[in-house]
Formats: sequence, structure tokens, C-alpha cells
Amino acid sequence: MNYFTPNALLNNLKRKCLVYKVLLFTQYALMLEYRAEIALWVISGLLPLIMLSIWSQSYIITSIGWNNRMLVQYFLSAFIVRQFTAVWVMITFEQDNLEGKLSPFLLQPLTPFWRYFSSHIAEQMTRIPFVIFILFVFYLINPGLHLDFGIYSIVLGLISIFFAFLLRFLIHWIFAMVCFWSDRASAIERLLLIPYTFLSGLVAPLDIYPTAIRKFAYHTPYPYLVDFPSKVISGQNINISSGFTSISIWLFSLIVISIMAWKIGVKHYSGMGT
Amino acid sequence: MLLNASEMSRLVRTILSFWSTSLATEFEYKLNFLIELISTIGNLIGSIFILSLFYNDGHTLGGWTWSSALVVLGMYTILEGFTTIFLQPNLSRIVRHVQNGTLDFVLLKPVSSQLWLSFRLFSPWGFPSLLCGVCLIIYGSIKNETQFFSSSFLISSLLVFSSLIILYNIWFMLATTSIWFVKVWNVNEVLRSTLVAGRYPISAYPPILRVIFTFVLPIAFLTTIPAQGILGIASIDWIIGALSITLFSLFCSINLWRYALRFYTSASS
Repeated sequence: MNYFTPNALLNNLKRKCLVYKVLLFTQYALMLEYRAEIALWVISGLLPLIMLSIWSQSYIITSIGWNNRMLVQYFLSAFIVRQFTAVWVMITFEQDNLEGKLSPFLLQPLTPFWRYFSSHIAEQMTRIPFVIFILFVFYLINPGLHLDFGIYSIVLGLISIFFAFLLRFLIHWIFAMVCFWSDRASAIERLLLIPYTFLSGLVAPLDIYPTAIRKFAYHTPYPYLVDFPSKVISGQNINISSGFTSISIWLFSLIVISIMAWKIGVKHYSGMGT
Repeated sequence: MLLNASEMSRLVRTILSFWSTSLATEFEYKLNFLIELISTIGNLIGSIFILSLFYNDGHTLGGWTWSSALVVLGMYTILEGFTTIFLQPNLSRIVRHVQNGTLDFVLLKPVSSQLWLSFRLFSPWGFPSLLCGVCLIIYGSIKNETQFFSSSFLISSLLVFSSLIILYNIWFMLATTSIWFVKVWNVNEVLRSTLVAGRYPISAYPPILRVIFTFVLPIAFLTTIPAQGILGIASIDWIIGALSITLFSLFCSINLWRYALRFYTSASS
């Protein structure tokens, strides 16, 4: 059979699309089962709004030329970004690895990466109503709010959120490969959370950081996880194309690393627990 | 529920043997200590850095000076250590006991079930946090020229202690709800992420949040009020408030647990 005729390629593509579609919808059904749990996860991501309430009480924000509206828009966007870039792949991957559940996945003609990836996407779909609800409550608490989100920035913002999610997912996926060697690899997640909290712009706008630290932060992937997408959504005057270029370079390098890490790791897999 | 001396000593012996076994288990994972240490120090440096941003150009945070705000942060760090040592390992277990039906075995043991569930495990990984918190408090109070060995020492230790008890009770009550809702382990995550608000003095928040953080989720009594006690600026009303909330929360958690047990129908059997 010739695999490279246009017809065969098309069929192959069709089959793949079907597999991903089924995968996504079964995961979505699974996530809907646990929607109470997901509502709680949504609430646990309120940090940007808590920080917003402190920053809005402090006059220091005017020293970087931000007004209150910019501040509110930035942290509201950061809240949304944070919601749709949640990643827990290290925890489930460790569990599957320890309990030997990974073994049957490896036998299937589908790279396990997609299984974890689709479950994250499905979870995000489940989050949407809860996030809208929280934004609505926020609006009710702050009745005099004048917000001004452009449709153009929202569209670009959605793309940047997806890029940010990809970036964060890949970082965690690469570190999840440590599970092949150690049985408590998810502890590393605690370490990954530190730069994420303090260098991404989640708790304070990076503009307020001292120049040296800000410059350092922009040399890591972290500002592209919160700072960049939040500024895109809130319509701030930033260099969008250079931001997308940097995030793509990071994505490309991480994809290469993750493929290599997977290949090396899987060879080391011992099928524990089975 | 009064205990006589022999029962009391039996209880202490039981708890001590619990802790030595769980200590032995935890030391199996020595690398964890390193990770925990790095994560504690990294988080502390990050929090101090973020706090310092509020003090740029002579601004202050909710009327608190830099050194007194450090005491609040120190108090928060101590609570984090306490959470890692006791609350996290024990109370997330409750959920698993309910899910797997192993709560039956706990209830059959000749020890108070609340006590068993709350203090069965002991994780040493919270000690770096505890130590860092104490250091931060000492540094902040010295910078603030606080009189240490005065009557305020008694008050401040009382307030710190009551803050630990309040935190424990909130955790325990949330864990108790697993009897009805089973899968609530991420309620703990919700709590943890909300308690982050305790890193900053309560007066830094807008009025509506101050009310919520005092009466609904008593974050004010967890960090701000004990910090005021340590700095010797706590007013008598707040001290009385803290003590009554402590007793009230203890009362609630004990009774909620007793009430919840009536609904426990045992799983998987």
C-alpha cells in the first residue's frame, strides 16, 4: 500500500481529525462530570483579583503612568489568562506512571501527549461559564466600572492566551518526563510555581519592577504566560508582533526539547505497578 | 469531655508514636527536603520583593511601615509552615478515608476520631517555613523597636496560638464537608489560594474586602491581628475578638464533625 498518494494522506488526515474530535468530546464529557470540582478550581484562581484590590488602593501605580482603568483591565485580563492556562499535567502524568496506567496508553496508536493535552482543553471548555459568572459578579460589585476592551485586542488576546497555554503546558510536560526516573517528580511543580508567580506579572504588573529584574524576566518564558496576553487583551500599547515572535521561538524550542525528552524517557519506562 | 491524667498521658504517647512513624516515612524522600527548602526560600524572597514594590518612593501599604508589614508576612509564613506540617497531610487524608470507606477503621479506634484525623501524620517539610517566619518576625520587630519581653509577649503568643487554632478549625470544617460531598480535596486549594490575602495587612484592602476578611473568612485574625500583638499595637477589642472567634471556631468544628458523622454511611461496602 502506498502511504504517500494524495488520497492516502487525505484519509490519514481525516482519521486523525476524527480521533482528536472523539478524544476531545469524551474528555469534555468526563470534565462535565466533575464540574463542581472545576468550579472550585476557578475560584482558586482568584489571586489576580485579590492583587487588583490591593494595587487599586495604592497610589504607586500612577508612578508608572497607569490609571485605574488600565489597572483594572490588566488584572481582569490576567485573571482570564490564568484561568485558561491552568496546567496540572505533572500530577496526572505522575499518577498514571506510578499506577502503571501509562502502559496501555503506550500500546495505542496515539501518542499519550494528546490524551493529556485534550483533557486540558476540555477542562478549559468546562470553565467558560464559571469564569463568565465570576466576571459578572465582579461587575456587580464594581458598578461604576468603565471598561474599554477592543474587539481587535480580544481576538488577538484569545490567540495569545492559547499560545501562553501551549507554552506553559510544554514546560510542565518536559518536567513531567522526570517521572520516568523519579517517583515523586510532581514536587518539581512546586518549584515551577515560584517563577510563575513572581516573574509572570500575575501578582504585580512587570512595569513596576526595577529595570534589571524586569529585563531578566523578559529573558525567561514567564512574562509570555501572563504579562503579554494580559496586555494584549487589555489593549495596552505594546509591540504585539515582537511579542508573538518571541513566544513562537520559545514554543518551537520547547517542542523540540519535549519530543526528545519523551523519546529518551519512554525508553526508561519500567511499567511500574502493572 | 474531661480526661484524667492516665488517659492524657496515653494520648500523648499515642500521638508521639504517630509522629515518629510518619517522620520515618517522610525521611524516605530526602530529595524532597531540598525541593521544599528551595521552594520556601524562593517564595519568601518573591513575597518580600512584591511587598517592597508597594514601598517604592516612600509609599506605604495600608498605613503599615515596611518593618511592621514584614511581621505580617512573617506571620503568614509561619502559618504556611504549620499548614505543611499538620493540616495538609492530615486533612487531605480525611477526603481519601471517606472516598475509600477506610473511615470505618478510624471510627472504630479507641481514640477521639477528630484527634486521630487531625494529628495522625506529621510532615517535617514545613519547618523551613516556620523558621523563616520566626526570623522575619524577629527582624521586623527589632527594626520596629518593639519592646520584646513585656506583658505584650504573653498577648502576642496568645494571638499567634489563636491564629493557629482558627486556621486548623477552618481546614477541619472544610475537610468535614467531604462526608457529604466526597470529592472536596480541592476545597483546600481554594482555601490556600484565598489565604494568600493574609500576606498583606488587612488595612491594605478596600473596605468591602476588609469586612469579608474579618467576618466571613477571618484572615484578619490569622495574620494582621497577631502581627499587631507582636508589635504591641493590638487594641483590647481586637484581642477579645480574636479569642472569641478562636473559641467559636473550635466549638463549630467539633460539633460539625459530630453532626457530619451521623450522615456517614460508609463507602464501598
